Amino acid sequence: MRDGRGQVRRKVGLRLWLSAGWLTLLLLAALLAPWISPKDPLAQDLFLGRLPPFWMAGTEPGYWLGTDSLGRDVLSRILHGTRVAMTVALVAGTITCVIGAVLGLLAGFLRGWVDIVISRLIDIWMAFPPVLFSILLIAVIGPGLWSIILAIVVIDWTRFARVVRAEAMGQGAMDYVASAQVAGRGRMGTMLVEILPNVLPTIIVLLTLEMGIAVIVEAILSFVNLSISTDDPTWGGMIAEGRTSVHQAWWVLVFPLITLFLTVLSFSQLGEGLKDRFDPVLR
Amino acid sequence: MSFLEVRNLSARVRGAPDRLLRDVSLSVAPGEVRGLVGESGAGKSMIGKAVLGILPRAVEVLCGEILLGGTDLLRLPPAERRRRIGATCALIPQDPLTALNPSRRIGPQMTDRLVDILGWTRAKADARARDLLAEVQIADPDRVLRQYPHELSGGMRQRVLIASAFAAEPKLIVADEPTTALDVTVQKEVLRLIAGMQARHGTALLFVTHDLGVVSKVCQSLSVLYAGMVVEDTTVRDFFRAPAHPYARALLAATPKYTDPDRSLVPVAQDVLDGVQAQVDAADRGWRNG
Amino acid sequence: MAEMFQVRDLRLSLPDLGRKPLLGAAPRIDILRGLGFDIAKGEVLGIVGGSGSGKSTLGRALVRLLEPTGGSIVFEGTDITHLDETGLRPLRRRFQMIFQDPMSSLNPRHRVGTIIGAPLALHGFDGIPERVEQALDHVGLPAAFRSRYPHELSGGQRQRVGIARAIAMEPDFILADEIVSGLDVSSQAQVLTLLERLVAELGLTLAFISHDLSVIRRLCSRVLVLQHGAIVEQAATDRLFAAPQAAYTRDLLAAIPLPDPDQVWV
Repeated sequence: MRDGRGQVRRKVGLRLWLSAGWLTLLLLAALLAPWISPKDPLAQDLFLGRLPPFWMAGTEPGYWLGTDSLGRDVLSRILHGTRVAMTVALVAGTITCVIGAVLGLLAGFLRGWVDIVISRLIDIWMAFPPVLFSILLIAVIGPGLWSIILAIVVIDWTRFARVVRAEAMGQGAMDYVASAQVAGRGRMGTMLVEILPNVLPTIIVLLTLEMGIAVIVEAILSFVNLSISTDDPTWGGMIAEGRTSVHQAWWVLVFPLITLFLTVLSFSQLGEGLKDRFDPVLR
Repeated sequence: MSFLEVRNLSARVRGAPDRLLRDVSLSVAPGEVRGLVGESGAGKSMIGKAVLGILPRAVEVLCGEILLGGTDLLRLPPAERRRRIGATCALIPQDPLTALNPSRRIGPQMTDRLVDILGWTRAKADARARDLLAEVQIADPDRVLRQYPHELSGGMRQRVLIASAFAAEPKLIVADEPTTALDVTVQKEVLRLIAGMQARHGTALLFVTHDLGVVSKVCQSLSVLYAGMVVEDTTVRDFFRAPAHPYARALLAATPKYTDPDRSLVPVAQDVLDGVQAQVDAADRGWRNG
Repeated sequence: MAEMFQVRDLRLSLPDLGRKPLLGAAPRIDILRGLGFDIAKGEVLGIVGGSGSGKSTLGRALVRLLEPTGGSIVFEGTDITHLDETGLRPLRRRFQMIFQDPMSSLNPRHRVGTIIGAPLALHGFDGIPERVEQALDHVGLPAAFRSRYPHELSGGQRQRVGIARAIAMEPDFILADEIVSGLDVSSQAQVLTLLERLVAELGLTLAFISHDLSVIRRLCSRVLVLQHGAIVEQAATDRLFAAPQAAYTRDLLAAIPLPDPDQVWV
């Protein structure tokens, strides 16, 4: 009998296109920054300090989004800052995801002593206050890109593991897992072939969210001057500097802030959009 | 003079080309038990939900009337409609597990509606709850009122839900497959209870089920549905003696009957399905043109 | 030998984790309390009981999804009671299972072709695409369904995919665990008719678990009635329905609402 089920179609695509579009732009900006930046991001010119963006009065040609108090071009600095942001997002996000998802899957599906050990590990780990933990880590290792990445991974893998564990447990109770066992599939095989595809949508969403979080964490750390040690511009650093001159030159604070916001938003929407588009169950 | 009268009700999922309910008409007299029978997807639950005003948001009513005590519910403003349905109707749901709030005790769940919506005093509502639990043969009503849903068995929970349905002395109860999830022996108990309470309180009952066996025990009349369309509407006696519509006949032949194993559990033949589907298609064509 | 399964004094208990003390093992709940019966080759055995009777647990023990805590299960001469997975693996393709809930027994993210074909690949069958097509044909589904996902099928169709998966490996024995309970009347009739035909055509031995005696009558030659983890009656189908011995069996029969308004049913 034909009935009404299955007739409701989902509107897919828009948020996937927008978020993927923005992130692709950022990726290109990060890769091509030295070549596409209009000015040298580190070049100071005190005579050109605090120039406004191009559509306002009193601007200089070539400084599209204005300059900061030391005369450095805001646009070029944002473009270069993209490199740090993207590196941290992609590397920290991926490593956190892999560690957390693998441990979560093992704990949630294999249960038994594997689950006991991993769960206790997560519980103890999560008891450390994250911000203090990361500051401590950086104080010990010293500032730098890899310190930030390590700090993010070390703190956030537990969140991944917990959620993936819960998902894996839920899927493990399903009859299709029992069916695989009756068919003679081993535990590891079942985990990879049967469970993983059903946990993957959650993992993807978590991964993209994690990338967004990584960008924010980096921005916070550079805001408090605990980020990379060189003079390379970072969005957080620009926001920190812009804060002091926000009344005279609001653009120094606002533009990196908007970029940061759009980037984090795009990451979260990307995950949702990918899930909508590629998950056979939801199509 | 019927208490509930549905006239030419059509509904569909928003944006979908096909209707979910196709020109459904039925009536339930005061104190009558009418069965709504059909396979899954036939729309029988939808009709119950439409009457109670709890259709999913994705479903829109296209046309028709739902008359409750003479007033068309669909023409009332939403607040007035909710009030009227709340005052005169109740639901016995299918799944006793999810129908009760796991974090509240049974007592408040049974009495809230009486106190908040109908303005009863807490004392009066509690007394009523106690009486009803005794009526559904729960041995220790005071204890059960203080318990949480997970402390009760499935059969007990269903009894609580039945008692709750009768709490405000409704004129119409919609029972949405109340015994589908139950063991056959528990089902008998529950059906007995429902039938007994219905007779004592004189409530009209719209009984949604796919089980013709249950219909023959509890209902006085029935409507058979296929793809949201009523294909037969008759008394229970007449139906089981000789169903008129080929599809209804096939449904009866497919129903298990252990006293006659060779002439039951016969799958519905393809030509019967084609025939009734053709009827549906013709109705759709008429609807689109008319 | 004529007996495919020989079950003696089967016991199975599970730990009650809700009542586990801080130190020490959890108290155990006895689910199966010493069952003894045989399943002959080519027989269709019905296993009937209410919820909590242990019938599903019995089924899972028979196909060794669960390990018994006592007693023995002998399958075609081999004692499988406490075999580990390595020992069971070669035997697995000879006994298969069809599950109750067609929603959760098919991996929602695998296509039908994979669902049926993956177990075949595991056991080293050749010509898998042809076997998949043949299995679909046996259950009356078009070969094109191979590329569909479970959510693109109706409940009855999904159940038939479950049957196709079970028969694809050409097993000797199939356990059907309440496979028609969630289906409406016409799908139920279709699946039962299909099963009847397959048993005859493929020479299968079947154990059919159900709470519905009406369905058992049609399909099964012998019936086991379970209550609280023990067998209360064991008889040929006709004899059980004509003259039920146990009080519980009589209660079960009396509770069934026949589609007949003249039935005495109070």
